[in-house]
Amino acid sequence: MTSSRKPILIPAVAFGTLAFLYVPLMAVASFSVNNSRFGLTWHGFTWKWYLELFRNEQILEAVGNTLLLASISTVVATVLGTALAIGMSRFPWSKKSSAFFEFNLYMPVITPEIVFAGALVIAFASLRYFSSAFEPGLLNMIIGHVTFQIAFVALVVRSRLAAFNNEIEEASRDLYASNWYTLRKVILPMLTPGIVSGAMLAFTLSLDDFIISFFTAGPTSVTLPLYIYAEVHRGITPKIHALSTVGLLLTILLVVASQKISNRFNEKERDDA
Amino acid sequence: MTSEHQSNTLIWFGELTSRRALRRRGLLHITPGMFWILMFLTVPALALIALSFATRGGYGEIEWIFTFENYTRLAGYGMFGWSPDYLIIMARSLWVAFLTTTVCIALAFPLAFFIAGRPKSTRYIWLTLVIIPFWTNLVIRTYAWQLVLSPDLPIAKFAAVLGFIPAGSPLYPSELAVYLGMISAFLPFVVLPLYSSVEKLDWSLVEAAYDLYSNKRRVFMQAILPQTLPGLSVGAILTFVPAMGMFLIPDFLGGAKYMLVGNLIQQQFGKSRDWPFGAAVSLALMILTLVGLFLFRRKGEEMEVV
Repeated sequence: MTSSRKPILIPAVAFGTLAFLYVPLMAVASFSVNNSRFGLTWHGFTWKWYLELFRNEQILEAVGNTLLLASISTVVATVLGTALAIGMSRFPWSKKSSAFFEFNLYMPVITPEIVFAGALVIAFASLRYFSSAFEPGLLNMIIGHVTFQIAFVALVVRSRLAAFNNEIEEASRDLYASNWYTLRKVILPMLTPGIVSGAMLAFTLSLDDFIISFFTAGPTSVTLPLYIYAEVHRGITPKIHALSTVGLLLTILLVVASQKISNRFNEKERDDA
Repeated sequence: MTSEHQSNTLIWFGELTSRRALRRRGLLHITPGMFWILMFLTVPALALIALSFATRGGYGEIEWIFTFENYTRLAGYGMFGWSPDYLIIMARSLWVAFLTTTVCIALAFPLAFFIAGRPKSTRYIWLTLVIIPFWTNLVIRTYAWQLVLSPDLPIAKFAAVLGFIPAGSPLYPSELAVYLGMISAFLPFVVLPLYSSVEKLDWSLVEAAYDLYSNKRRVFMQAILPQTLPGLSVGAILTFVPAMGMFLIPDFLGGAKYMLVGNLIQQQFGKSRDWPFGAAVSLALMILTLVGLFLFRRKGEEMEVV
């Protein structure tokens, strides 16, 4: 094997690369417990920046907005994306319509986010001629997030659909099950792991998003990334270190939890098989 | 499929149904999601094309006077003669995205092989270590680089001792800072898909290549690279597309001197309120991105052939 010929080089580069990813994050975390308002010299240990987070109404509101936005858009996008995936791969569409659907599905993936954001600005500006509901704010943000989430949910669910064949569905219909019954009792249960991982992806994409939110947010719908962005432009403050560290810890929690969930699905499948 | 006049009923997944009923049911599945994407992305993106030929009014409103002015301005022709500013920004974006993708690939290979070489029981821990930064918010990660490069910390102090920067000043805004931010932001996007290819690697081909006296370079180019190409191309696309449109990292770490196309577009849709010009820049970015993707794909195919 190649790796055994140069036993030092590959691990060294790998460790270096991981360090490169983690050093900045560690720095943020260590300065979040530094007892100094200005500058970055060490002034002893403190929890006070964390306590300040819980007293800061702007931050609490931003947390609320972030979670509300991610939850609503994920639910909407998961339903629409799953239906889209089933509809695209389980019906005899002509080549032309398939290509058209495919093109639209990949639009959010291949469009640089900033162009996507510009397109949304145009869309909402036009819609404002018809209704004032499309003023910048939470509704616009939800619509924007759902637009890119649908595609990602559909892509994940579709790969799951491609993994099992049609025989079980055929058997269900041969036994006179109605469409609705087949969907509920056969297709959806088989798709569940795909739907769950699609939804988790959609949720994290929403939490992560900065650009789309930046272009669609209103004054009362500031999310955490937007808040941090604005604060950084005002100058370095220890509060941001604490907030970023909380964000990092929540990410770790989310990653570990999602791996546990997907592991459980995999085990269950192995048991079922 | 049977043609329209032959029969109106067909057997579909064991069910006897009519073509029309099937189409209605299919549309019911597809329409809401398709309509959403069409309405809020595809159609507005097409509207950007029309908008790029419009004129900005005195108060930032849009006047539908047909003009090529936005494009000539992008090419550098303005009131005060020709200046290459916008062209430089575009060339720089392409170069930064290309270099970021290349360096990420170069760093991702050892890491992917390292993880794939761990015992099965610890592999997922290493993978988790790559996934965590991947899921951490980009605003946080970019700010973290600002912090690491700030004047009181060792890296900037060291650079000052070496005489690269005056003492007491940060290492940002600079080109270096932009690259550090970009590479660390996109590295996991390459490592994860590449790893899934490496994990499935057929090592017997590598051994066969060695048995046939291939040198290391040929083993890599002909036995390893072709097998990892699917993961590699996914990683390259996932890096190149967002890197082309990036505006947060140059905003935090680059300053006005290292602006990328993303910053230019953001300015036009934000502060300057010049949507027609913003639309023209967006289209230019879209075209550059597609050209870049095409080149990456071509390169990928050639490697497969070699």
